[in-house]
Amino acid sequence: MTTTRVEPVSYPFNEEEGLDLNEAYAAARDADGMIRVRMPHGEPAWLATRYADVRLVLGDRRFSRAASVDHDEPRMSPGRRPGGILAMDPPDHTRLRTLVAKAFTGRRVELLRPRVADLATGLIRDMKAAGQPADLVEDYALPIPVAVICELLGVPAADRPRFRVWSDAALSTSGLTAEEFGRNRTELLDYMGGLIARHREEPADDLMTALIEARDVRDRLSEEELVDLCVGILIAGHETTASQIPNFVYTLLEQPRRWRRLVENPDLVPAAVEELLRFVPLGAGAGFARYATEDVEVGGVLVRAGEPVLVAIGAANRDGLRFDSADELVLDRADNHHVGFGHGVHHCLGAPLARLELQEALLALLRDLPDLRIAGDITWKTQMLVRGPRSMPIGW
Amino acid sequence: MSTVTWHVSVDGHTCIGSGMCAALLPELFALRGATATALRDEVAPDEEVLDAADSCPASAILVTEEGREIGPRP
Repeated sequence: MTTTRVEPVSYPFNEEEGLDLNEAYAAARDADGMIRVRMPHGEPAWLATRYADVRLVLGDRRFSRAASVDHDEPRMSPGRRPGGILAMDPPDHTRLRTLVAKAFTGRRVELLRPRVADLATGLIRDMKAAGQPADLVEDYALPIPVAVICELLGVPAADRPRFRVWSDAALSTSGLTAEEFGRNRTELLDYMGGLIARHREEPADDLMTALIEARDVRDRLSEEELVDLCVGILIAGHETTASQIPNFVYTLLEQPRRWRRLVENPDLVPAAVEELLRFVPLGAGAGFARYATEDVEVGGVLVRAGEPVLVAIGAANRDGLRFDSADELVLDRADNHHVGFGHGVHHCLGAPLARLELQEALLALLRDLPDLRIAGDITWKTQMLVRGPRSMPIGW
Repeated sequence: MSTVTWHVSVDGHTCIGSGMCAALLPELFALRGATATALRDEVAPDEEVLDAADSCPASAILVTEEGREIGPRP
């Protein structure tokens, strides 16, 4: 077991532009034990890169997210973002999660499939009518998940330009100060508070109304938690999917035969989506460090109580000990137990919905734009927690 | 003392191995390879078991009381 301490290396490794997995991850995966890393702000941390280590850290209750509040958590910005449900442990986390979990189960979201397919088909029709080139991000990838989460939660989709700004800032890794984080957050909370007030007067058949009832009738959560949860669902409910749609198209078109294979075999799309979720390293780095609440051995290292561990999802998903041909995109890969949605109690709440949206978004493009191609320079997002094109010109 | 017991099972075909239940209730659920399994079939009534069934992203956990489905809750 390794106990020696070496100087931590600078983190994150990945370039912000493009979707490559930095080679430093492979070296870290192959190294004995775990490496020490230091992010621009906060204390140094262990970095878990192997599949087994990542699953252990994310799935073991000896690791805590709530404890991060009492530490100088590793992070990109000088300011600290409030963690909401992601800074909680059971049973508080369970109390909030069970209130919303029902809305996102596989059975429930499957009912939304026709609506999502219609949305995708309609947006392609609009792009064709407007003529080439179109912007896959603004004209397609963003409107689909935004419309879905807005309808589900009860937020006017017409407000997208407003909450896009807040959402961008909430996920930004630029040098926002605590004051700037705070100001942005206040605006977003005020906006959501207004929507909640309106829902209290006029209840609707949506998730916000259900959460208001859980507060007002059953006293299951505080007012602050209610607002915070709605904000979290709105942001988490669209940003990642909106990034992965162009990321997946980009990755497929990098080798046009991949795209052609799916055009000819759309039945492969569900398996292809799982493989893309495994293969595409969405995160620029890692965040949401897990704090050991007692001494725990992880990957040959004794993590001491009070020490943070960061988990590199993208690296774990390319671990050759877990996946055959781990660095290759195998569109029909079977038994694909990737950790693209995380693992453990914080496993992505919206995973079934994200899967469905990604499948339907791809299916509609493959069917209606089989000759899809990139028709100009891609602008990549920078200084964001998740990577992906900010704009991606396409032709067909 | 109540003699009522609940029956707990995990459907290995729908389970996606999210690790949710095993992280939430390690004394009742464990990951065996890719999917989760219940370590015991019968448990004393406990709200946390229903929470686990509600939280499962695949709705793969079934809780019954005398054959009547009580979790996941509607």
